[in-house]
Amino acid sequence: VSVDLMCLAARLDEARRVAIFGGTHGNEMSGVMLVNLWVQNNTEVQRKGVEVQPFITNPKAVEKCTRYVDTDLNRAFTPENLSTLGGGDLPYEVRRAQEINRMFGPKGSPEAYDVIFDLHNTTSNMGCTLLLESSKDHFNLQMMNYIQKSIFPASCLVLLNEHPLLKYSTSRSVAKHPVGLEVGPQPQGVLRSNIFESMRDILKHALDFIELFNAGMEFPPCTVEVFRLSERIDYPRDDNGNIIAMVHPNLQDCDWEPLNPGDPMFQTFDGKTIHYQGSGTVYPTFINEAAYYEKQQAFATTRRESLVASAIRKA
Amino acid sequence: MEHTSFPPLSRVAICGGTHGNELSGVYIVKEMQKQKVEKIGSVSVISVLSNPPAIDVCRRYTETDLNRCFSDAKLSSTLTDSAAYEMRRAHELNAQLGPKGGEKAVDLIIDLHNTTSNMGVCLILSYLDWLTLHICKYIQTKMTSAPVTVMQLNDSNADGYSLDMLGKHGFAIEVGPQPHGVLRADIFNMMKRTLDFTTDWLQEFNDGHIFEGGEVETYSFLRSVDYPRDASGQITAAIHPQLQDKDFTLLQPGDPMFLSFSGETVKYEGEPVYPMFVNECAYYEKKIAFHLAEKITLKVPSISVKN
Repeated sequence: VSVDLMCLAARLDEARRVAIFGGTHGNEMSGVMLVNLWVQNNTEVQRKGVEVQPFITNPKAVEKCTRYVDTDLNRAFTPENLSTLGGGDLPYEVRRAQEINRMFGPKGSPEAYDVIFDLHNTTSNMGCTLLLESSKDHFNLQMMNYIQKSIFPASCLVLLNEHPLLKYSTSRSVAKHPVGLEVGPQPQGVLRSNIFESMRDILKHALDFIELFNAGMEFPPCTVEVFRLSERIDYPRDDNGNIIAMVHPNLQDCDWEPLNPGDPMFQTFDGKTIHYQGSGTVYPTFINEAAYYEKQQAFATTRRESLVASAIRKA
Repeated sequence: MEHTSFPPLSRVAICGGTHGNELSGVYIVKEMQKQKVEKIGSVSVISVLSNPPAIDVCRRYTETDLNRCFSDAKLSSTLTDSAAYEMRRAHELNAQLGPKGGEKAVDLIIDLHNTTSNMGVCLILSYLDWLTLHICKYIQTKMTSAPVTVMQLNDSNADGYSLDMLGKHGFAIEVGPQPHGVLRADIFNMMKRTLDFTTDWLQEFNDGHIFEGGEVETYSFLRSVDYPRDASGQITAAIHPQLQDKDFTLLQPGDPMFLSFSGETVKYEGEPVYPMFVNECAYYEKKIAFHLAEKITLKVPSISVKN
């Protein structure tokens, strides 16, 4: 790959093999329903020069309409889990991760799928969010820029999780270019038409991008604004670990809006306000996500950053 | 209508976590237990976490829906070793708060629920009862920050299957929209306020206040509508965006009901009705996309405590 931001486009391999994962969390319904639809009839997701495979990653969790059966599949793709022996004794999701790694990976190898889209919903008011795992993935950055331009004036923000301690081993990380799609707010176990159609629309543009790229189109350098994950903030708890306050009404539903030091953050059950004590302005996200109560997270903070993607073109 | 008297309401049960993932009630009751609330004015209060194992795993239920276990038939059935946890728990709660229909039953049960539907504050009565209707009427006049609707399920005493049936009087406070497993401060505060107005009413009632008769507008359950499904039982459409969040808004013939995944709109045909519990998460498995109701204005007599 030759890279010269001034003159030449980075030459990248064609994205030949693409997967669309639904049901990584069995109660996040947009992805479950979209993938089920496309498994039955894949016309909508077919593009010239690309093999697109829709796939339900956690069928047992989908059947029970629960996030996971034994352990969170979207945290299970660690090197340790992927290489461990133990067969039937292993938690269901660890066995599933190994199987998915065989089918769509192996993670880190030349045989791995080029792109995996992992479809998620959140109870947080995040709108449409694209999840990026590396600030150096120019292919993904260009794709996200393309999606944003295509859906304008509707918006789609980019959340970058490259934090050494906070990043985690997702099902999509098996691919060379992992792309997470998170659309909310939607309760777990509920299918909202507008949320379903938004996710469907974003995927349509994402697949269009891949088709254009594979056909030889060059994408000029672009700037992509991202929100870089910074910190996880837990609920205030008592000595027994019980929650003693709720996300403050002023913060609830205000994902991506600036949170300044001194702003209300939590409200106790008897109505007292707890304020944000950080050193500067942050942009909170995943505010009051149902699945994160057990992960000790009330919300995450992010910082705004501009990333420059080099021009890209197929090799 | 003739003035009606009732005995004092001295024992009241406040129940949360009847569905373990409906968090407002869980946390209201947990707080009451932490603060050791046993009396509110003249009323002695029993606070109950109805389904502790379901609360622990933040699920609606562990084996079967607890809030369908309180019909006469289920309460009188003999429990076998293989009986579902919730069936056994229902018998336990019947012994603690009932027995249903018996003299020793608590005077009033208030059961706290949340829904993913956009129903605001909704007071649910299993059957018609002047006393609980008066409580509803009072809450409606006091709650100025949000509309309060009253729903009646039209169950006979025997068929009435919900926890609030155990008391001499009972009703549910249902507040939404809130995702299951999520605790929203605004929803919590609305439920708390509704509960506080209820206990205010109980004080006034026990103190001898005469509550004037009048009218209460209610939504009376007619029937349920399921999602369109394919031959294998899979849902093929979502609630139409124009119906989503429109609980208690009149649905007329020709109005959109569902939007299929292939883009077709399914329209409502029938008499004008009021949808409720539109897109409640827990009802997918009960094959309910929404309930339909008719609006009925009820006349209630004046009431007071019998001394």
